[in-house]
Amino acid sequence: MPDARGHFGIHGGIFASETLMAPLDELSQAYEQYKDDPEFNAELQEYLTEFVGRPSGLYFAKELTEAYGGAKIYLKREDLNHTGAHKINNTIGQMLLAKRMGKTRIIAETGAGQHGVATATVAARLGLKCVVYMGAVDVARQAINVYRMKLLGAEVVAVESGSKTLKDALNEAMRDWVTNVDDTFYVIGTVAGPHPYPALVRDFQKVIGEEAKQQCLEKEGKLPEAIVACIGGGSNAIGLFYDFLNDESVNIYGVEAAGDGLETGRHAAPLCMGKPGVLHGNRTYLMEDENGQIIETHSVSAGLDYPGVGPEHSWLKDVGRMNCVAVTDDEALEAFYELTRIEGIMPALETSHAMAYVKKLAPTMKKDEVIIVNLSGRGDKDVHTVAQIDGVEV
Amino acid sequence: MNRINTTFEALKADGKAALIPFITAGDPNPDFTVGMMHALVDAGADIIELGVPFSDPMADGPVIQKASERALEHNVRLRDVIDMVAEFRQTNDSTPVVLMGYLNPVEIMGYQVFADLASKAGVDGVLTVDLPPEEGHEFNEIMDRYNLAPVYLIAPTSTPVRMQKICNMARGFVYSVALKGVTGSSELNTDMVAEKMAVIREYATTPVGVGFGIRTPEAAATVAKASDAVIVGSVLVNKIAENQDNPEQAKAEIVELLSAMKQAMNEVSK
Repeated sequence: MPDARGHFGIHGGIFASETLMAPLDELSQAYEQYKDDPEFNAELQEYLTEFVGRPSGLYFAKELTEAYGGAKIYLKREDLNHTGAHKINNTIGQMLLAKRMGKTRIIAETGAGQHGVATATVAARLGLKCVVYMGAVDVARQAINVYRMKLLGAEVVAVESGSKTLKDALNEAMRDWVTNVDDTFYVIGTVAGPHPYPALVRDFQKVIGEEAKQQCLEKEGKLPEAIVACIGGGSNAIGLFYDFLNDESVNIYGVEAAGDGLETGRHAAPLCMGKPGVLHGNRTYLMEDENGQIIETHSVSAGLDYPGVGPEHSWLKDVGRMNCVAVTDDEALEAFYELTRIEGIMPALETSHAMAYVKKLAPTMKKDEVIIVNLSGRGDKDVHTVAQIDGVEV
Repeated sequence: MNRINTTFEALKADGKAALIPFITAGDPNPDFTVGMMHALVDAGADIIELGVPFSDPMADGPVIQKASERALEHNVRLRDVIDMVAEFRQTNDSTPVVLMGYLNPVEIMGYQVFADLASKAGVDGVLTVDLPPEEGHEFNEIMDRYNLAPVYLIAPTSTPVRMQKICNMARGFVYSVALKGVTGSSELNTDMVAEKMAVIREYATTPVGVGFGIRTPEAAATVAKASDAVIVGSVLVNKIAENQDNPEQAKAEIVELLSAMKQAMNEVSK
């Protein structure tokens, strides 16, 4: 998976305007050429080790395990990567590819700002010009990341169209790419978009699961019984899941944002509640109305506030390999406070969704069973949001 | 025979290119559209491109994005757009209408249901900008069955291999996108058009229309000389944006510009 034109079952594919077909083809060819190239991989590996700080640890959350009372909870510490999330694994890979393709200008979309920061960081390191598109609503709620990107030399464009969130940032980045295809490389931050992006981003993120599997075998002498990750577009989730897909004994849980509650309609859970449609270059489960218009999503977490999901996740749902679940804003916040106070680890609000599901799952499992959860990002960027919810001015 | 073919054959016999204006259905309100369509015909439109509003128009610049947003504020659905065509057909049975939009509204309705409703209403062609030929086989098969012409785009970045693929799939006409960018983004370089047309003609078995960046009667005349159709969108839609509170004024300004384009096109000999 996927097939030559990017299909995962009925999902994926290339649904892009004609101007982008040639550059997408060029990207596919470049990726095919370099993905097994020893020199490319050596350079990627060096950056992952020396710049990002890989491998990230697999941390046994002893206190949380006791508090939740059930399976042993291990955290895959992607929050300890340089820039504070898993996103940089992918931005380094894509930008090393961009350099080899002779592209000098980088564009990206961002929701919470983690992908934007990771892109701006690598662009600074590699000396590439960088423009980041971000919905105006997200610019307001993620002010710290906006300023981080500017400090790193990136131009941040606030997108005022549509719902002014991640999907609109993606629309605007696509429009930029269509206009500047000759010198510009579009670094997509998640496993969505037209082929080859879903496969390419997955391949740069699968290191998470490969490391976690090895670390679990070393620490526990066995595979985990369950693995858990939050899903917006789904890059941290596929990163953890991919190496376990053929390990039938491992239960996979993808956690979507239920916002105010699935029953309210105010959520961001296309896998749980949506139906297949075409948006942003691929066919996948979408939040849409009965006329095919994309509807506004709601989540306390900017990074999960997206109406689509990576096509491989849609396929994993269809074939029954992944359990699709969702937790509300309130449940995620509760998990945010608990991980912070019990383990001294402040997770991103996106990641807090995965933790909230772990709280439900762990007590249903035996004490000698193991859960690995992808601690995909740290919560520094969300301090303002949480303070606001707490009614505190910072 | 489809109205699009009939229209192009008649124009060819006269040595003329088609003038194809674009407006978004339901912009600035649903009551405006059918009257505007008739006015377009009176001003010299040979074919009408009717935009189907979509929440995420990725290939469009701000002018047509906002037109979509205005129409969606009135809840204009694909079904309503098809109804507008049916209403237009009550008094016009000859001017072809091509729906232009994005795949998802058609996908959700279902290709079969869409084709059935659209052909009954008198739609002649359909252009879905995010459906490339590679993904279009099932779509084409169904459109063919209902005598609806699937129109495809050729871009400045399209390779000869892709041009061949696109021309094999296109019915009615192919739409050559004159510049890299979104709709309404910049002025067309008319010198490039003739050069590009020569390449496309090697592959095309249908007429070839040119769009993106055509704003003046002069540009329309130059493009008409080199191609089979002149497609004009953002410059018209912008007049609706500028006169939202007075749609009749927008209509008058659109008619004036389109008439001037038609006149300039008629003055060039092919």
